[in-house]
Amino acid sequence: MDLYEYQAKDLFAAHEVPVLPGDVATTPADAKAIAERLGQTVVVKAQVKTGGRGKAGGVKLAETPEETEAKAEAILGLDIKGHTVHRVLVTPASDIAEEYYFSFLLDRTNRTFLAMASVEGGMEIEEVAATKPEALAKIPVDPITGVDLAKANEIVAAAKFPAEVADQVANVIVKLWDTFVAEDATLVEVNPLVRDPQDKIIALDGKVTLDDNAAFRHPAHADLVDKQAEDPLEAKAKEKHLNYVKLDGQVGIIGNGAGLVMSTLDVVAYAGEKHNGVKPANFLDIGGGASAEVMANGLDIILHDPDVRSVFVNVFGGITACDAVANGIVAALGILGDEATKPLVVRLDGNNVEEGRRILAEANHPLVTVVDTMDNAADKAAELAAAGA
Amino acid sequence: MAIFITENSKVIVQGMTGSEGTKHTKRMLASGTNIVGGVNPRKAGEKVDFDGTVLPVFASVAEAMEATGADVTVIFVPPAHAKGAVLEAIDAGIELAVVITEGIPVHDSAAFWAHAVATGNKTRIIGPNCPGVISPGKSNAGIIPANISGSGKIGLVSKSGTLTYQMMYELRDFGFSTAVGIGGDPIIGTTHIDALQAFQDDPETAAIVMIGEIGGDAEERAADYIKANITKPVVGYVAGFTAPEGKTMGHAGAIVSGSAGTAAAKQEALEAAGVKVGKTPSETAALMREIMQSIG
Ligand SMILES: Nc1ncnc2c1ncn2[C@@H]1O[C@H](COP(=O)(O)OP(=O)(O)OP(=O)(O)O)[C@@H](O)[C@H]1O
Ligand SMILES: [Mg+2]
Repeated sequence: MDLYEYQAKDLFAAHEVPVLPGDVATTPADAKAIAERLGQTVVVKAQVKTGGRGKAGGVKLAETPEETEAKAEAILGLDIKGHTVHRVLVTPASDIAEEYYFSFLLDRTNRTFLAMASVEGGMEIEEVAATKPEALAKIPVDPITGVDLAKANEIVAAAKFPAEVADQVANVIVKLWDTFVAEDATLVEVNPLVRDPQDKIIALDGKVTLDDNAAFRHPAHADLVDKQAEDPLEAKAKEKHLNYVKLDGQVGIIGNGAGLVMSTLDVVAYAGEKHNGVKPANFLDIGGGASAEVMANGLDIILHDPDVRSVFVNVFGGITACDAVANGIVAALGILGDEATKPLVVRLDGNNVEEGRRILAEANHPLVTVVDTMDNAADKAAELAAAGA
Repeated sequence: MAIFITENSKVIVQGMTGSEGTKHTKRMLASGTNIVGGVNPRKAGEKVDFDGTVLPVFASVAEAMEATGADVTVIFVPPAHAKGAVLEAIDAGIELAVVITEGIPVHDSAAFWAHAVATGNKTRIIGPNCPGVISPGKSNAGIIPANISGSGKIGLVSKSGTLTYQMMYELRDFGFSTAVGIGGDPIIGTTHIDALQAFQDDPETAAIVMIGEIGGDAEERAADYIKANITKPVVGYVAGFTAPEGKTMGHAGAIVSGSAGTAAAKQEALEAAGVKVGKTPSETAALMREIMQSIG
């Protein structure tokens, strides 16, 4: 889960990383009230989960509460790289002497953690990495020994932070590591980490990604989910513990196993090239179990997606036998009754496939077509979606 | 010969008495795997009957190895305790640890991987979040259904469980030396490269199917490795062309970040290394079929 800047900074503050005070507003009037409380020149910052807000007009200086209100008015509702701004952060404006870059992240390639630091922060780090790679220090961090002050000093030296702030930066790095570990983050990024004219180091921006697999040991992280921004179908699927991602096509997809479902989306998109360019409408992995109830929950979500014109159920009976899956489909259609209105193409293979196909043939449901192979079934589902346009 | 597990493998199960562990211990036994015991400190000393096969429960991996000569452990321990289970297996010095558990925090996987490296990589880790490894007719360490395909000369390595099953099914008339599911997490032990290398060295493997998916750069690095080191024919498949940027597609590691980790880049890298890449699993199987027919 990616966090908003204000959420990232709340975590920073909890782990003693220096940040500026501030508050979040959803209306210009609230923004004005925060500015009045702060009683100084402020910066109004769009809260969206993407970078480049500054360049997109989402970060503005305001000298008075009235100006804050006007700037908030302009920023709220703005579209930044496809993200609509629903909240702004109002925070004191800081005088900036220098802008640095710092991050801890998961290094998949080397199967470890990595610290990245640069004294040329502020701009997008991909740009620094591409145009001036020598200005970006990359230091591997052992997940077991982690980052103590000695390791932090090594990072500070590698990135050539100025001597006057070296100790302070090292301390901040240790606190950022505390945040990274204690919160089970896969990314903690500060860009810019600034040095103000009094040589104080402050995290002026914050980007944090939390590991969803670690949610079980962080009950408080559940409160960080932005329920408003969630797609309603995704939210409903999550409640039913289904692994669902909404996409923008017309062929609803249900399958078992993440790899097979990803592959199913591709095969449908490929088949769709011959059928008006129809595309997959979603990713939905119902897992190994594929019981009637799970199948019904899955179909329920997909059939309530107004974009869906046909559904492709693609199951390989590995651990679950195909007869159980077929019974699940029949029972699910029974549960849904009149709510099931769109054609279903079913492809079953694997364990007990003959019996599974026999059950579907016998049920003879008017909406269901059974097709033998994955490629042909994808073609049929795409054809039905194109015809239903 | 096969790779990683053979008819001589002696297998223990960590988490054998849990619901998943129980179910799959029965299945592994039914497919002829030589399972010699389980580990659960709270049930140490007990015996468990799996449809007629009575297996002892040990307090630790070390104790189980001492008593049975086990060289493989299959781990079904839930996410909250999986790190401890893997560390224990590493410290006991077992040859192979197959981590089936899905949902392990990546800080935990990073920690046990670092520990494995720091202690000299004496334990091969497969997974986590994987279906395990099967050498059909010999041994089955994990949850891959044993009835999909018999033994043969194709080696298979895949990030995905169900695509492993699908591919084994499509090519069941040829059969497999070994099929390895390496798992869909961002940090995994055994990689595509490790499996490719083992298949290259295995006289019973004639050709290799490699299945990848979006996220990370393991496929790109495997492509470089193939170009430099693999002389046996390899066909490839990559899943996730239609995955949107920034969304996790079921597997914790299956995510395109910015322009990194796309299926197109992986396919391109594999093709540049001379690997034929199928557009669908069936097309991939057809490419392998041609190769196997020409080998005879
Ligand atoms: N509180 C502040 N006081 C003064 N200047 C600020 C403050 N917050 C941000 N800025 C300035 O605005 C720039 C952009 O802000 P920030 O880094 O938070 O957004 P961003 O989405 O990363 O934008 P970009 O990618 O365009 O830099 C900073 O580099 C900094 O120069
Ligand atoms: Mg920034």
